Amino acid sequence: MAGGDDLKLLGMWASPYVLRVKLALSLKGLSYEYVEEDLRDKSELLVKSNPVHKKVPVLIHNGKPVSESLIILQYIDEAFAGTGPSLLPADPYERAVARFWAAYIDDKMLPALNQSAMGKTEEERAEGKKQSLVTVETLEGALRDCGKGKPFFGGDSAGYVDVVLGGLLGWVRASDELHGVKPFDPERTPLLAAWSERFGALEAVEPVMPDVSRLVEFGKMLKARLAAPPAAGASN
Amino acid sequence: MAGKEDLKLLGLLVSPFVIRVRMALSMKGLNYEYVEEDLFNKSELLLKLNPVHKKVPVLIHNGKPICESLVILQYVDELFTGRAILPTDPYERATARFWAAYIEDKLCPAWIGILKAKAEEERAEKVKETLAAIEHVEVAFAKCSNGNVFFGGDSIGYLDIVLGSFLFWFEALRRMYGLEIINTSKTPLLAAWAERFGGSVEAKEVVPEADKAVQYANKLHAAAAVKLVSSE
Repeated sequence: MAGGDDLKLLGMWASPYVLRVKLALSLKGLSYEYVEEDLRDKSELLVKSNPVHKKVPVLIHNGKPVSESLIILQYIDEAFAGTGPSLLPADPYERAVARFWAAYIDDKMLPALNQSAMGKTEEERAEGKKQSLVTVETLEGALRDCGKGKPFFGGDSAGYVDVVLGGLLGWVRASDELHGVKPFDPERTPLLAAWSERFGALEAVEPVMPDVSRLVEFGKMLKARLAAPPAAGASN
Repeated sequence: MAGKEDLKLLGLLVSPFVIRVRMALSMKGLNYEYVEEDLFNKSELLLKLNPVHKKVPVLIHNGKPICESLVILQYVDELFTGRAILPTDPYERATARFWAAYIEDKLCPAWIGILKAKAEEERAEKVKETLAAIEHVEVAFAKCSNGNVFFGGDSIGYLDIVLGSFLFWFEALRRMYGLEIINTSKTPLLAAWAERFGGSVEAKEVVPEADKAVQYANKLHAAAAVKLVSSE
């Protein structure tokens, strides 16, 4: 048991990247102290722990900070190898495949989804929507080909890619009300739609998920902020 | 693992991402078949084995493809014994991965942006970004190396490979634009490290002359100009 280990997570309730870390810690049965950051007024601890990016999540283990969600996930898996299930598969080839898709989600899918919602012009948002469809369909293909009929990307149980994608679930659910778009449309991407229900219902996942109506409100506020001209003297 | 491995690498001689993989394979003492791709005319094999990105490097091991250089590096490190590429301690691994991600996500698009820039203003912006990013990496070197000569300690490791693969391109940019990304006054630690890396057996085996990079850049620019003119 990670009883004596000192684990602290600096986070923000709406962040999908932070959610990934919470999901991983939950799946592995690790306890930790959670610190909610106000990203418009970052704590000294956050700035000191992640001076390069000044972003959440930051996992502080025995006083030493680890930043960047994918790196934190792999760190948790390696530092707590004996605790709970492994996130990454044991086989090196399958690990490579998992890392490939995690990178794809972050480098291709997320920026597209982001642009479709938060693009500054109609044109940008349309391009984002187009790319989103392409990337989501590619991921559907990955689940079909690599998943081989298993319930999760990780096989019979949730693993690394499930957690990486799972971090987005709150926003994916909020998207329908916010943007009138279902990123995991059951008609276009039936496997992903089924996966999100299944993953969301997991015992380790359900209690950690953010409240969707709260996300919708937050999303509306972000959109309004984007549309409104900045107040004089306001900084990001 | 004993015996011969069935290893094939689809690559490009001037691609730093491919060079990373070649260095790793060499450090592990592995033989492989190398296939030079023409990225203006991609082979069927490349398109079949990397349908998502259609890029090099692709390492094919026993017929199965692995794509994305950082993923390949970790695959090679985990599967094959011999010299360790990544550190063994989980915290040091996390630190190495952090800086590799920084180099990929911040430094890389910036310096490539210098090549791709269509106007002087854009290029100037990318130069600024590159110089800002390299300053962070200078600090990283101080922290990671612990007084040793390489990021990886007293021999070449993951970060050395990840950043070192860019050095001949930095020299190419110096020849093309008079730009010094790493220099002895602003980034003294990296300047000394770059000399050591460039002079290493591992680098000499696979890193090409900077002029090859300049030639390739000219080829890319010419192709871009043609595209513009034929208004694709």
